[in-house]
Amino acid sequence: MTDCWAYLRALRSGLMASQLARRPRGTVVGDFTRSDVDEILHLIDQSNFDELKLELGGMKLELRRHGAAPPVAQPPVPPNSPKATAPIETGAATAMATTAAGGAAVPAPLLGTFWHAPRPGAAPFVAVGDEVHAETIIGIIEVMKLMTSVPAGFAGTVLGIEAPNGELVEFGQPLIRIQPI
Amino acid sequence: MINRIFIANRGEIAVRIIRTARALGIETVIGVSAADGDTLGARLATRSIVLGPAPSKDSYLRGAAVVHAAKQTGCDAIHPGYGFLSENRALATSCAAEGLIFIGPSPDNLASVGDKLTARAHAIDAGVPVVPGGTVDTLADAQTLADRIGVPLLIKAVSGGGGKGMKRVDSIADLPAQLELAMAEAEAAFGDARVYIERLVTVGRHVEVQILSDGETVLHAGERDCSVQRRYQKLLEEAPAPRLPEGLRTDLWDAAVRFARHIGYRSLGTVEFLVDVERGEFYFLEMNARIQVEHPVTEAITGLDLVALQISIAQGEALPMSQANITLTGHAIECRLNAEGIAHDFMPSPGRITQAWFPSLPGLRVDTHVHSGAMISPYYDSMVAKLITWGPSRDVAIERMRTALNVCVLDGITTNAPLHKAIMADARFREGGVDTNYLVGLLPTITGGLA
Repeated sequence: MTDCWAYLRALRSGLMASQLARRPRGTVVGDFTRSDVDEILHLIDQSNFDELKLELGGMKLELRRHGAAPPVAQPPVPPNSPKATAPIETGAATAMATTAAGGAAVPAPLLGTFWHAPRPGAAPFVAVGDEVHAETIIGIIEVMKLMTSVPAGFAGTVLGIEAPNGELVEFGQPLIRIQPI
Repeated sequence: MINRIFIANRGEIAVRIIRTARALGIETVIGVSAADGDTLGARLATRSIVLGPAPSKDSYLRGAAVVHAAKQTGCDAIHPGYGFLSENRALATSCAAEGLIFIGPSPDNLASVGDKLTARAHAIDAGVPVVPGGTVDTLADAQTLADRIGVPLLIKAVSGGGGKGMKRVDSIADLPAQLELAMAEAEAAFGDARVYIERLVTVGRHVEVQILSDGETVLHAGERDCSVQRRYQKLLEEAPAPRLPEGLRTDLWDAAVRFARHIGYRSLGTVEFLVDVERGEFYFLEMNARIQVEHPVTEAITGLDLVALQISIAQGEALPMSQANITLTGHAIECRLNAEGIAHDFMPSPGRITQAWFPSLPGLRVDTHVHSGAMISPYYDSMVAKLITWGPSRDVAIERMRTALNVCVLDGITTNAPLHKAIMADARFREGGVDTNYLVGLLPTITGGLA
């Protein structure tokens, strides 16, 4: 099961990327087309996995092969214990933890440092309970002093802020969680 | 001292770097694409972080993301591996500006060798022979030069590598069309349409010399013969180069050292030469300022850990040996196993590996990132494993490779292993000293019999 999560994470990122590529920004993530589902079925067919749960926007998809038993939730595998210097925290661990938490995640569109507010001391772009539109900016990702604003991508109510302010986020890592409308 | 290395690469070379890092007690953070989150390198590194989506240009080629991630994960050095950003001057410069050690040469060194024309000018200054030819900006330039050099000739991209933007011209009449193609390919692949033209040596061997330099001491670790190529892609390498006249061999070593010293090179590097078999001469081709895919054959005959030396030089240490301490013992061969079907014009064959088994055999080393269940994704190059055999003689190394190819298992994908078996069994290869035309000639005799 351990590599299942990583596989799904990659799958999810890939799907997001393909959806973003196909459709205008802002109307994406929420809905699958029939061909998306076919694509997922095709990928699962080639894999060793018996079950897939996928949540994107307002859509929830559960697939089970040959009536496989529902899986027991698996904690993400911790990385090898660091040796000498400061411990390395796991960015990957947070990435999957959210799928069970409800709502839909806004994934980091690129690797960088995530900022909640436009500048230090300013009010954050969004807070829990805020209503957002697809175009609402939910944060900034900085890569080597270059700032990229991140839109919510779909409309809804902010359920939680997943990625801490000023911390490194990897590509695809959930930034915030939104309950889609 | 380097405590934590950021690996800006994937595949077997990422695993190879982790091997040495672990031996040295150095932590590793690997930056991977979303498609590589579950690869062996990502599993073995102390930490892995997703740089971006699967396409290389959005992940492995994003220098800013690499430097940002390296700093934010507390790394003090970046190892770029080979390919991707390994010879990227902007990355080396950015590392210097951000207080990170680039495990490779200086930005100035990269400028000296990154551009083939500049490298060629340095070779001429260093008294190292070069192939007759020169740069061209227009078709008129090209025609004047081609008339002087004669055909056949080669058009090459100034910023090129790996055969992209490289075209052969056998008749002056073909020059305009081929020039246009080469410039278009060069523009598409490297964002630089500049090309140059040079004499094509029809019977040539590709021989390269491994250089080690701490900036003061410049040493060589012998040569490698990479003449078994297809479309300028190396398939099999060996060390030493078989059946090379001894005088020519030592001249190659001297020329490589002279070139590296001339440009003030400091790191691990490889000086590539074309040996003109008919004329008994050699010409400088280029210098690769990185660890090479085929470095294990040099390690096999010298006993050196080239990655460890590369790290040691990068953190400012002096080379711990002199030329007299580097002894070349026996013979080593490397076969690159690629996921491609040789019966189908080398079509890539990505997929899931159902069974991978590389048992320990006498004299065998396997550098790979695959394992049973691993997915070979279609986004990157098709190399899945390198088999390296060593023997006290070339014959023994060949026999051990034949055994390895028969014993090892790599199921679920189509590989070029049958081609390597055919080469090992081929009388001309076994005799030694084949030229770069060898494989093209061998293929029709074997692909018919391979499913």
